[in-house]
Amino acid sequence: MVQEHFAFVRSDMLPEAPPPAAETGIVKWLRENLFSSTANGILTVVSVLVVYQIVTSAAPWFFNGVWDSPSLTACREILDGKTGGCFAVLSERWNQLLFGFKYPSELYWRPGLAFVLLFIAAAPLLFGNIFPRKMLIFTGLYPFIAFWLIWGGPVSTPIFALLGVLFGAFVYSKMVKTSAGIAVVVSFVAALVFWIVSGYLSGPFANVMALEAIPSRDMGGFMINLMLGVICVSLSIPLGILLALGRQSSMPIIKWICVVFIEFIRGVPLITLLFVANVVLAYFLPPGTNFDLILRVIIMITMFSSAYIAEVIRGGLAALPRGQYEAGDSLGLDYAQSMQLIILPQALKISIPGIVNVAVGLFKDTTLVSVISMFDIVGMIRGPILSSAEWNGVYWELFGFAVVLFFITCYGISQYSQWLERQLQTEHR
Amino acid sequence: MAAVKQSNVSDEVAVEINNMNKWYGSFHVLRDIDLTVYQGERIVIAGPSGSGKSTLIRCINALEEHQKGSITVDGTILSNDLKNIDKIRSEVGMVFQHFNLFPHLTILENCTLAPIWVRKTPKKEAEEIAMHFLEKVKIPEQADKFPGQLSGGQQQRVAIARSLCMRPRIMLFDEPTSALDPEMISEVLDTMIELAEEGMTMLCVTHEMGFARKVANRVIFMDQGQIVEQNEPEEFFNNPQSERTKLFLSQILGH
Repeated sequence: MVQEHFAFVRSDMLPEAPPPAAETGIVKWLRENLFSSTANGILTVVSVLVVYQIVTSAAPWFFNGVWDSPSLTACREILDGKTGGCFAVLSERWNQLLFGFKYPSELYWRPGLAFVLLFIAAAPLLFGNIFPRKMLIFTGLYPFIAFWLIWGGPVSTPIFALLGVLFGAFVYSKMVKTSAGIAVVVSFVAALVFWIVSGYLSGPFANVMALEAIPSRDMGGFMINLMLGVICVSLSIPLGILLALGRQSSMPIIKWICVVFIEFIRGVPLITLLFVANVVLAYFLPPGTNFDLILRVIIMITMFSSAYIAEVIRGGLAALPRGQYEAGDSLGLDYAQSMQLIILPQALKISIPGIVNVAVGLFKDTTLVSVISMFDIVGMIRGPILSSAEWNGVYWELFGFAVVLFFITCYGISQYSQWLERQLQTEHR
Repeated sequence: MAAVKQSNVSDEVAVEINNMNKWYGSFHVLRDIDLTVYQGERIVIAGPSGSGKSTLIRCINALEEHQKGSITVDGTILSNDLKNIDKIRSEVGMVFQHFNLFPHLTILENCTLAPIWVRKTPKKEAEEIAMHFLEKVKIPEQADKFPGQLSGGQQQRVAIARSLCMRPRIMLFDEPTSALDPEMISEVLDTMIELAEEGMTMLCVTHEMGFARKVANRVIFMDQGQIVEQNEPEEFFNNPQSERTKLFLSQILGH
């Protein structure tokens, strides 16, 4: 008898219905989020008080701030006992903070222009789906243009450097069919030979379109941090990929070289490597060679961060199911193709948060060069600015400014990476 | 159904396996495998799990290395030479249990990738071929979606289409329906039956005995890394010879 009640046939399927209307109202929100319990309510009140305290004490410091004064003493006179920041140091030493104290002021436009061009060069790399692919040609030329603008010298130097790269690429494309490994080595040697030979030939061009040459030791300020950050990140990502793939390689020698390199570099503090770059490296080089200090620092930071990036990418590679490798193999793709088309796009996508982590860390670590007597922004603040008679004692304003500069850059990188992750999301779009 | 059975098997040898042995470390996975597959044949390989049936077909396109004996695919001897391996792989299509579609590429890109990069087919032509095969597996409308947006059955049909785009002479199926919901198994099997009707040489590892009865012209039963019994499907199911086969069939068809 009872069973009759169970019998049921649905005659029409239910249509999809919207979820219940969202419960809105500011009071409801407050009650749910801020005052849901007594303890929660107390915490809310205390937090509001703390925030109020901070804002009321910091606000006058900002709003009474003095932006125009020749020195700290003059600034204090203007303030006349009131609370207020001496931001005048920023406006007065603006150029030093950005370019260092030796870069000729009439040439500031050159690094400035290089900085602006950087955005044009980076755009197609960072936003590949928005900007045309043809812009990548400019991206390829940018390093040479930027070098010429920042360091100056005859235009032949970057042109010969570029031709050397092209020559190496040409040799590689001719040889890659026989063996990719040999092609890499031979093309590298070819480019090197080209550069050495062109070094002898460049004499007649020494005055052609020559910009005034600026030696590395004359550079400083935030410019150095940006240069080191951009150059080292863009070098260490490809190097990190190669190291990660090398570590997975089935060829024992390559695998061992990569493992030893990664483990050694990760076991050494960056600052030690920088001291090595600054002092010790000079002992190993033939006497009289003047191996550019910035170049040495670039090599050290790049090695350091590429080891970390390699490990991050190795994590991404390990996260891919074996089936992806097998699917590529079963379709007849060779190693390079399946890496380039299947494995790396997915592994790099997984590794984005880790890579960005390393990149942001690297960018901030560029301030460590101040300990090897390079005048980056921290070096400038601690050295020439704070030790000057006019501005001795202005700590908050100067270091606060450095904090703001770094925060803006790093927060931008972080926001970009989150945007990129959303772009590459293919599961639930 | 009858049409499938009648399709002619040629005398041309597609795969020849001689005295092949494989070990995982000291574990002897495949023992003295001898098997000749003729062009146009459809072979179903059955057996309990761990019997080496997947390993066997994975040896045919060198996803697994064998240590002893020889495998000849379409006249090319499988050796350690990478060029030979790539050549064989581009002639032999494979469909996996877990589809293994490329999640970062659209359905269409999944299908055109290998023709463009391995066969050097122009992009436009590769897309036409891909659409042709996507129509054949009845999902051309999904071409611009990503694999993650498709159901399991649809993904497996895409995987079949992706293999077909390379115009393979032989297709290997490694438990193509084992990871699917019951409702989706038949759509994949239908696609495979259609393929069989066109005379594709197929080696299927599967537990779908209905499919074996309908499509195969030979059923191979494996246990402990060796071929225990092989026969025509009618004979195999109605009149199994070895005790091991009888036990397996009674378990698999028991309920």
